[in-house]
Amino acid sequence: MTVSAAYPERRRTWWQKIWEARAAYLFILPAYIPFIVFVLYPLLNGLRLSFYEAGVNKAKWRFIGFDNFVRLFTRDDVFIIALKNTFLFVLIVVPVVVVISIFLAVIVYPLPRAAQSFVRMSFYMPVVSGGVVLAMVWIWIFNRDFGLLNYLLEAVGFYQLLGIPKIGWLAQTETALLSLAMVVISWSIGQPLILFLAALGNISEELYDAAKIDGASGWQIFWKITLPLLQPTTLFVLVTTTINVFQVFVVVLLMTLGGPANATQTIVYRIYENAFVFYKYGYGAAMGVVLLIIVGSIAYFQFKLLGQEVEY
Amino acid sequence: MADFTVSQAKAERLQLQKAVWSARLTRLLWWLAVLVVIVGSLLSLMPIYWMITGSFKVQHDAIAYPPELFPTHPTLKNWERLLAGMPTLRWLLNSFIAASGVALLGVITSTLAGYAFGKKRFPGQNLLFWLLLLTMMLPKQISLIPLFIMMRDLKWFDTYFALIIPYAAYPFGIFLVKQFMQGIPNDLLDAAKIDGASEFGVFWHVVLPLTKPAVGALAIFAFMFGWNDYIWQLVVTNKQTMLTLPVGVSKLVAGWATIDIGVGMAGATLAFIPMLVIFLLFQDYFVKGITVGAVKG
Repeated sequence: MTVSAAYPERRRTWWQKIWEARAAYLFILPAYIPFIVFVLYPLLNGLRLSFYEAGVNKAKWRFIGFDNFVRLFTRDDVFIIALKNTFLFVLIVVPVVVVISIFLAVIVYPLPRAAQSFVRMSFYMPVVSGGVVLAMVWIWIFNRDFGLLNYLLEAVGFYQLLGIPKIGWLAQTETALLSLAMVVISWSIGQPLILFLAALGNISEELYDAAKIDGASGWQIFWKITLPLLQPTTLFVLVTTTINVFQVFVVVLLMTLGGPANATQTIVYRIYENAFVFYKYGYGAAMGVVLLIIVGSIAYFQFKLLGQEVEY
Repeated sequence: MADFTVSQAKAERLQLQKAVWSARLTRLLWWLAVLVVIVGSLLSLMPIYWMITGSFKVQHDAIAYPPELFPTHPTLKNWERLLAGMPTLRWLLNSFIAASGVALLGVITSTLAGYAFGKKRFPGQNLLFWLLLLTMMLPKQISLIPLFIMMRDLKWFDTYFALIIPYAAYPFGIFLVKQFMQGIPNDLLDAAKIDGASEFGVFWHVVLPLTKPAVGALAIFAFMFGWNDYIWQLVVTNKQTMLTLPVGVSKLVAGWATIDIGVGMAGATLAFIPMLVIFLLFQDYFVKGITVGAVKG
């Protein structure tokens, strides 16, 4: 005791503290070196690149200030379309994913364990199979003449009811983006569903019992107890789904190539095409910066708006 | 007085009846909702069923209308053409090497770093950790191009290095391990230190054995990530023999006009099977990884 009193905590210098914790730094080093080299450095380099006119030949790279950004917003119509499409896409997919996964979780949770894990497995299967596999199947399913979707829609009387000819889902400008959204929704539910089921498991039974004794209906219990207690999970799902969906790419590349008539252009598809098809690295990087700013600020506001009501 | 009790009883009975009816209505709605969930689950599995059965359909049946819900003339021709006409098995091997490499490196670096972040105190800890989290959340397209140029300068195109090394640091894994290790009581670590264990000994003999569930989940997620990381594998590979399975198979889409649908479905099925097996074997790890990873840090 007297020893530690003789060397009070605050008298140790910064360097001494670092030296004493050297083991900890050694432990993080194997992760942090590649993190700096392959994550942090390229990130900063991407920021730098966005101010350059940069092609394949490094010797010809040229600093051009904000020209890339000015061009993006004043002279690149396709990018503006891609920007609108991406926002529309997020606005369609994210609410649907959140609502469906909460609905599924609430309905499935009281069911027997076997039923619960069957539903969970069914919705997680598309996550496991990955975008490429699903995109390939869905191209076939969406086909106007021999696709499964049109067959099912005809079977339930969809076309007869509306009195319209069969739709070529990916080939028509009105439906192409919606069709891609459907595919992305199909693989975005699995993870939130698992999270909501786990969160429901953490709500104490006593709370429900108390509410029932007070005569609350199932509907009231859902709105007044379940939903508020799910809020931290809802926030997490909302933010992660938004971030993921903003980066929609695989479905565009494999299913529509941005068409028809630019109806399915998205930001990341523009980045891919500019950088890896046209070799405009600087211009592509500028789009990456725009995406980063959009996603970063939206995630920030989601946390700000919803996070303050969450009690941890 | 008598009138009053009669009307009161009547009112009570009416109320009871109303309650019974509303309970019945709720039950009915509930079963309807369950029905919707069942239909939804089946719809969610439908594309996978369609893909697998499609791989056994001859082209004539694949484009038949109305579609065949089950192949009436099952054939193995698509599979033969997939396996004989393309370096498909090489793609499969490449995907395995890439995904295993990502998983192995991810496990090593993440357990070490996760241990330091979860169980040690050191200057700059919060900053270093938040930096990891931040880059985990943000879209990585901005670093895609510089990383691609770096691979070019290193001459790593069409090598396993390009498919594995950039993912040596796996922020999600570090986060997962940290969350898990925080739950291990410090007394255990202190006891081992008093017994004379080295810093690494404490990690290796005490902490790591207790972290097995998290390490399992981490390995599986890293593997799945390495298997499905399409855009990166697409841009850093070009040589036929260095493509990964999803990349190789996806190139069939460009030839839809000339390639039978069944061949494409066989390719998609082949890319799906390894992940399916892993998922079915380690389902609990998936659930664990997702739920632990989402708890606030």
